[in-house]
Amino acid sequence: MTEFFAKYFPNVVQLGWSGDSGWGTSIGQTLYMTFWPAVFGGILGMLFGVILVVTKPGGIMENRTLFSISDKIVSLFRAIPFIILLAFIAPVTQLIVGTQIGTTAALVPLSLGFFPFYARQVQVALESVNYGKIEAAQAIGATNSDIIFDVYLREARSELVRVTTVSLISLVGLTAMAGAVGAGGLGNTAIAYGYDRFCNDITIVATLLVLVLVIIIQLVGDVLAKAVNHQNR
Amino acid sequence: MGTNIIDLEHIDVTFQTGKNETVQAVKDVTLQVEKGDIYGVVGYSGAGKSTLVRTINLLQKPTAGKITVEGEVLFADHKQQISNDKLQEKRRNIGMIFQHFNLLNETTVLDNVMFALKHSKLSDDEVEQKSLKLLDLVGLKDKADAYPVQLSGGEQQRVAIARALANDPEILISDEATSALDPRNTNQILDLLKDLNEKLGLTIILITHEMDAVKRVANKIAVMQHGVIIEKGELRKIFLQPQQELTRQFVGGSLAAMDTLRSMDLGTLKDDEELYQLVYSGNSVVEPLIIGLYKQTGVEASMIYGNVEVLGNVPIGMLFVIVKGTPEQRDAAVKFFKDQDVEVTKIDDRGIWHD
Repeated sequence: MTEFFAKYFPNVVQLGWSGDSGWGTSIGQTLYMTFWPAVFGGILGMLFGVILVVTKPGGIMENRTLFSISDKIVSLFRAIPFIILLAFIAPVTQLIVGTQIGTTAALVPLSLGFFPFYARQVQVALESVNYGKIEAAQAIGATNSDIIFDVYLREARSELVRVTTVSLISLVGLTAMAGAVGAGGLGNTAIAYGYDRFCNDITIVATLLVLVLVIIIQLVGDVLAKAVNHQNR
Repeated sequence: MGTNIIDLEHIDVTFQTGKNETVQAVKDVTLQVEKGDIYGVVGYSGAGKSTLVRTINLLQKPTAGKITVEGEVLFADHKQQISNDKLQEKRRNIGMIFQHFNLLNETTVLDNVMFALKHSKLSDDEVEQKSLKLLDLVGLKDKADAYPVQLSGGEQQRVAIARALANDPEILISDEATSALDPRNTNQILDLLKDLNEKLGLTIILITHEMDAVKRVANKIAVMQHGVIIEKGELRKIFLQPQQELTRQFVGGSLAAMDTLRSMDLGTLKDDEELYQLVYSGNSVVEPLIIGLYKQTGVEASMIYGNVEVLGNVPIGMLFVIVKGTPEQRDAAVKFFKDQDVEVTKIDDRGIWHD
């Protein structure tokens, strides 16, 4: 096995497991850069998604100003290409985490790049809840927070799991670009050690590893979405 | 006015459909519902029935008008008169069920009912006990742990009824609640509503486009068309003597009678003939009536159309007859019918009822 790798993937083996350029390190970095932005951007995205749904015209807490502002913020961040966002918000990153480069520095733009995408996905998922259910809840005297938590978020949970899966996969894609601010990760390995040095074997293995990560996310998402769904069986 | 549990006065509902376009869904509607009524509101789709009754619990805010529920003014002078918190409390006293049930599909049947009791003062344990009792009331105690999709349409509507009754409301609004159900389930649900009306004194507003539903349970009826109530009152009266063309279409039985009458061309009634509608309790026997008339007064009456309808479990016979004779003889015939406890109404050649 080792001989097989040494023969066909010499550069892969040479990078080693640990150390700055090691596979273990870059895998860890990719997971790190996926996890925390998923948490921070996820909370932010969920918040914006809910706000967009409840404050829209005709929503349960209709508020044109708040809706319009949230809508524009989400659209604006969605419009900025991620690679530009990385540079654009560098001063903010400096303020929040104290540095502009490195894996941790990438968490800020990743979160900001992830949240608008996720917010739109959450918005669509919540809109899928039949308005009749909202009306029925209002008719039995439910408060707005009852409706948000017990009706919108609960009824749409299977849909939410699905859109979260899609969003996380796109987030993995974003982490590949974070190499531009020296954040490492599998994407950086594929470009910096593979592509730039003409070591195609490294690019291939890095790609396969990203694929494995994506497939795992997809599988877990599918199983979870099915487990929490009691509507369409 | 003191006995009215719901008082809708001059309700207007206008929707903005475009920049300068509006649609007036409900126009100057006034409707009083008394405690214990089962008030049927019928009309074709788009007549404004749902929009109108949604103003009762302010799911739909009217553009103008005054809404009083159980003596409390909810809406007047173009604005809501109570706080949102108070409105939420008030809504718990007005149950509502829908055509598509609108149950929460991601929670069990029991949780659906318990959701309605989230803000009650009962302890968690009492809430569960009460919810189980309600499910028992609608005959679904054994389905407490099932999810709504595992239930049939009729069963889902029963859960919705249990949920609507959770806070012991005085009023239940049924918005086309039986329209998505098959005939058997429809009748079961209607009978359940009637039962609740009798047992709990529940006042029910029944929106439907099915006249049969209204005939089965309602005591009053309002007919809507183009956002206006064109006819309203006691079911029996409206049913037996519909004034408006649409009402006649809805009340079926009379429609068949009218068709028969039209085909007979009333214009050909001779001078000594008159057309009467006879209405009698279904338990009376028809034949002796006509024979008895002849025996006692010597006046002949020919039957044109006869039918027996069931209104709220009471059979009602309806007969259209032409009475032939001198004015004195015709008066004698009318008197004879009245003596037999038969309601007699003369109908002119345009098919209009005259009291």
